[in-house]
Amino acid sequence: MSLVNYTACELLRGLQSGQQTAVETVRAFLERIDRYEPRVRAFLYLDAQAALEQAEQIDRRRRKGDRLGRLAGLPVAVKDLLCAKDQPTTCASRMLETFRPPYDATTIARLKAADAVIIGRTNMDEFAMGASTENSAFFPTHNPWNTDYIPGGSSGGSAACVAARFAPLALGSDTGGSIRSPSALCGVTGLKPSYGRVSRLGLIAFASSLDQVGPIAQTAEDAALLLEAVAGYDPQDSTSADIPVPPYSQTVRQPLQELRVGLVREHYGPGLDGEVEAAVREAVRVFQSLGATVKEISLPHSKYAVATYYIVSSCEASSNLARYDGVHYGYRTNVEQMITELEQKRKALAASGADAPLHELDSALVSMYRRTRSEAFGPEVKRRIMLGTYALSAGYYDAYYKKASKVRRLIRDDYQQAFQQVDVIAGPVTPTPAFKLGERLGDPLAMYLFDMYTVGANLAGFPGMSIPCGFSSKGLPIGLHLQGPPFAEEQLLRAAFMFQSVTDWHRRQPPL
Amino acid sequence: MKISQAEVEKVALLARLLLSQQELEAMTSQLGAILDYVDLLKEVNTDQVEPFSHPLELRNVFRPDQVGPSLDRQEALRNAPQHDGQCYLVPAVLGEL
Repeated sequence: MSLVNYTACELLRGLQSGQQTAVETVRAFLERIDRYEPRVRAFLYLDAQAALEQAEQIDRRRRKGDRLGRLAGLPVAVKDLLCAKDQPTTCASRMLETFRPPYDATTIARLKAADAVIIGRTNMDEFAMGASTENSAFFPTHNPWNTDYIPGGSSGGSAACVAARFAPLALGSDTGGSIRSPSALCGVTGLKPSYGRVSRLGLIAFASSLDQVGPIAQTAEDAALLLEAVAGYDPQDSTSADIPVPPYSQTVRQPLQELRVGLVREHYGPGLDGEVEAAVREAVRVFQSLGATVKEISLPHSKYAVATYYIVSSCEASSNLARYDGVHYGYRTNVEQMITELEQKRKALAASGADAPLHELDSALVSMYRRTRSEAFGPEVKRRIMLGTYALSAGYYDAYYKKASKVRRLIRDDYQQAFQQVDVIAGPVTPTPAFKLGERLGDPLAMYLFDMYTVGANLAGFPGMSIPCGFSSKGLPIGLHLQGPPFAEEQLLRAAFMFQSVTDWHRRQPPL
Repeated sequence: MKISQAEVEKVALLARLLLSQQELEAMTSQLGAILDYVDLLKEVNTDQVEPFSHPLELRNVFRPDQVGPSLDRQEALRNAPQHDGQCYLVPAVLGEL
């Protein structure tokens, strides 16, 4: 059996016992990428040579008896918004097409310290804004299960990578569902940790109170392995939680006794695809067969989650993306051309004797900002910056941002109440399975509603996980959403492992 | 809540964006639809509710006031579109072109 068919844990055992070398491992995945990547297009950046050199070094150190990191020799793909020193870090945007960070994100540094082999950098929706990876400024990624379909987003490249077996592990990020949603659509296991569980240093910011980095893998065990390697307090991230990291990889196999599972009454109604509902309900029955009890609960403010999310995240994004001004790094408009055009405009206005427009003409610096940003940002990014700017502007701040922040507390409170009655909330990740590339590009609002089940966890700061639980009649994967209270990643992973030990949805592979 | 094209232009300036006439029209209708949708939040009574913007509600996260290593100047300038070895260069900030 090719090495690409093993899980990360299996590969690690093989590497540690000497059954295969890091070079053999990396080479197997590089060959698979060579063969199928043209149809999937998961990667924005690949450096096969560098990956093999790193693998060789690891093999050499292992032979010498050196102490190696806990992921030594394992290929990992990383979403292209995680800063890696001197590596192109583009956020799938023309704004950062040539940007090479001068430092490593903490999660990248921890991967390197663990001796993981970062095999490539994956495609995403531009600046993480989107649910289909169609908003990448460069090209869309294709769902490995059917390449006419979206892989989901915004971590579409990372999820597709794991599904297609281009790497056993990947890092993604999740602001409104961007790990869980593509994981569901690609039939893999993805986890968004509690806010503050994983450092955001070097995670190029979209919405600072919502963003989290998390693992995407084939199994709960693999996700536990990767999460454990990157999680933990970071003094350089003032929003990181100073709470010890449990030994996820050691406890993941322990079943949970007397698990209380909650089903949210508000999740079931029009808008939820019948096949998704059926797969989710069947998955819940599996938990019951394992001894869990099921209870219907209510999250009364569910219907406001998408509106709350789109205001809060767009406001934060408008602030975070203000730094892209062409001054210090990234794209800058052609200034010479700009100055020529400004001079022409000025002459024309002066000649016509029009005083007011002349007075209102943008200065050169403001022109540079406006042209730079308009030329280098895609339409979805512009839309959210505009929405956020409007919602934060004088006269509108209270009605929009402040109001949404208050509703956000109510959404969080709903979850807190629910977790007094249940240990885990189970439900759908997405309202439908994957849709075709291009199918929903014309209606931004319809696309936003695709996040309806996932945004709550980000707003509350609670952890959430997507695990494969079935397929649609078209052969597209369906994900089960598991949510828990803050810092309950261990419980989620154990619940997921329980499910995966009696089902095999997560072992299926796309017919590439 | 509909938004006028004039308002959209004002917001574009605040956001330091430049929209073509076509983009302006599309943006006006798209933002209008989104704002209509988020009006849903008006239904929620938030009279006694405090805003919530930080999941951990951490306060005053400080570090000791100790000088440590920082980014080397050349590293900091390396991605600059234009620089003179010391500073980033931009068109004149004040006054005329």
